[in-house]
Amino acid sequence: MRIACPFCGPRGSEEYTYLGDATVRRPEGDAPSEAWFAYVYLRDNPAGRHRELWYHGAGCRSWLVVERDMRSHDILSVAPARDMALARGRAA
Amino acid sequence: MLAEKYSIVSVVAQALRGQRGWKPVWREPEPRAEYDVVIVGGGGHGLATAWYLASQHGITSVAVLEKGYLGSGNVGRNTTIVRSNYLLPGNIPFYEHSLKLWEGLERDINYNAMVSQRGVLNLFHSDAQRDAYARRGNAMRLHGVDAELLDRDAVRRLYPFFDYDNARFPIQGGLLQPRGGTVRHDAVAWGYARAADRRGVDLIQNCEVTGIRVEGGRAVGVETGRGVIRARKIGLACAGNSSRVAAMAGLRLPIESHVLQAFVSEGIKPLVDGVVTFGAGHFYMSQSDKGGLVFGGDIDGYNSYAQRGNLPVVEDVCEGGMALMPGIGRLRLLRQWGGLMDMSMDGSPIIDRTPVEGLYLNAGWCYGGFKATPASGWCFAHLIARDAPHPVATAFRLDRFATGHLIDEKGAGAQPNLH
Repeated sequence: MRIACPFCGPRGSEEYTYLGDATVRRPEGDAPSEAWFAYVYLRDNPAGRHRELWYHGAGCRSWLVVERDMRSHDILSVAPARDMALARGRAA
Repeated sequence: MLAEKYSIVSVVAQALRGQRGWKPVWREPEPRAEYDVVIVGGGGHGLATAWYLASQHGITSVAVLEKGYLGSGNVGRNTTIVRSNYLLPGNIPFYEHSLKLWEGLERDINYNAMVSQRGVLNLFHSDAQRDAYARRGNAMRLHGVDAELLDRDAVRRLYPFFDYDNARFPIQGGLLQPRGGTVRHDAVAWGYARAADRRGVDLIQNCEVTGIRVEGGRAVGVETGRGVIRARKIGLACAGNSSRVAAMAGLRLPIESHVLQAFVSEGIKPLVDGVVTFGAGHFYMSQSDKGGLVFGGDIDGYNSYAQRGNLPVVEDVCEGGMALMPGIGRLRLLRQWGGLMDMSMDGSPIIDRTPVEGLYLNAGWCYGGFKATPASGWCFAHLIARDAPHPVATAFRLDRFATGHLIDEKGAGAQPNLH
């Protein structure tokens, strides 16, 4: 599996570290414990398109949001996590 | 039509008839419109559950629904190891119960599963790791489980061909569980299937569940490729796909699906007597009766439903093998495959009721599901039959993540790819 880093180009997956689901959102500090439970533990775990966080530790050390098909490992898109977070911040 | 009981008489009689009289070992029934219990998943755990429902609880109106063929998932994709060398209170009694069931399995189901208690040895490579294994061994012995701490010389007597003086990972000794070993994994599926079928359980293959019918907060049946099947109780035993199936009833689980690879080398003469795990990386190995070295390592580490992995983990596993046993480098890899693991958020399984009445969950086996097969079926059958958890499985609650009662053997936290 090769992931096309937006900064470094296509690199083997062994250069990256996987964190997990990129769609979960950290609740506000005073959110009820149910919200924290869902954030920490519950995952959609779809058998299809999955947006997930990868860290390019052996390259540019950027956090990336990778969209990947869990049934085929096809990489559908890669974007810097920072850009996506900033865009989301502006939209909110 | 009951499959015949196997015995020395049946073997000799068949030999005299030129082995031409063997009959199919289970029926292939059409699904009925309704059952008392429907089990989703015809793997080891689902088939064991059906067998114990019939044999221990007298519930024989049971269907096991399997999307492919029986045993086509993880029961045939693991490295066949059985053991009960756990550390934490919620786990040890359960896995020890499982090992005891393995010890009596073949008589119970009248099937040769080739249970071989050849010993499981966990190597340690530093003083700190010796302390950790001594602690684990003591926890096991306090629960009545067999464990022996071996020093370097004792390990060397068992396995003279390991690399004891590896500059980075010298072998200092190991924790041995003599009662651990291996079991022929396909035979476990076939044996449970045949035994359950003999008690009247319907095994329905090529029957994928596509929906779960919930009426008034209660699960009442499943939609399948072969029509709607109603049931008073529904048990999910489809680890690897638990999230997907539970989502049909509106549930979100504390589980990610990951891929774990396993490997077999070309066959060689008998060399590795028991099961050995390398303590400085993640590598474990045994030798099959056909002579191939069976080994595995870490999960690939990313979510997957693909049943195949990638090369970096192949390389990592082979490096682990080389560090332990340099002679392995002369062997060629014969086969390699992947299976889907339900990686739970604390590395331990779930056997519990769900918020949906009549829907029961058996999931989150991480990569420890095979050794758990008998106890998983035993405890899941108990839960379904009596609506109360079996005493050795009370810790495997679905709500433990919300209440903080985690069973985290590795102490890795809510990060499934680290368990």
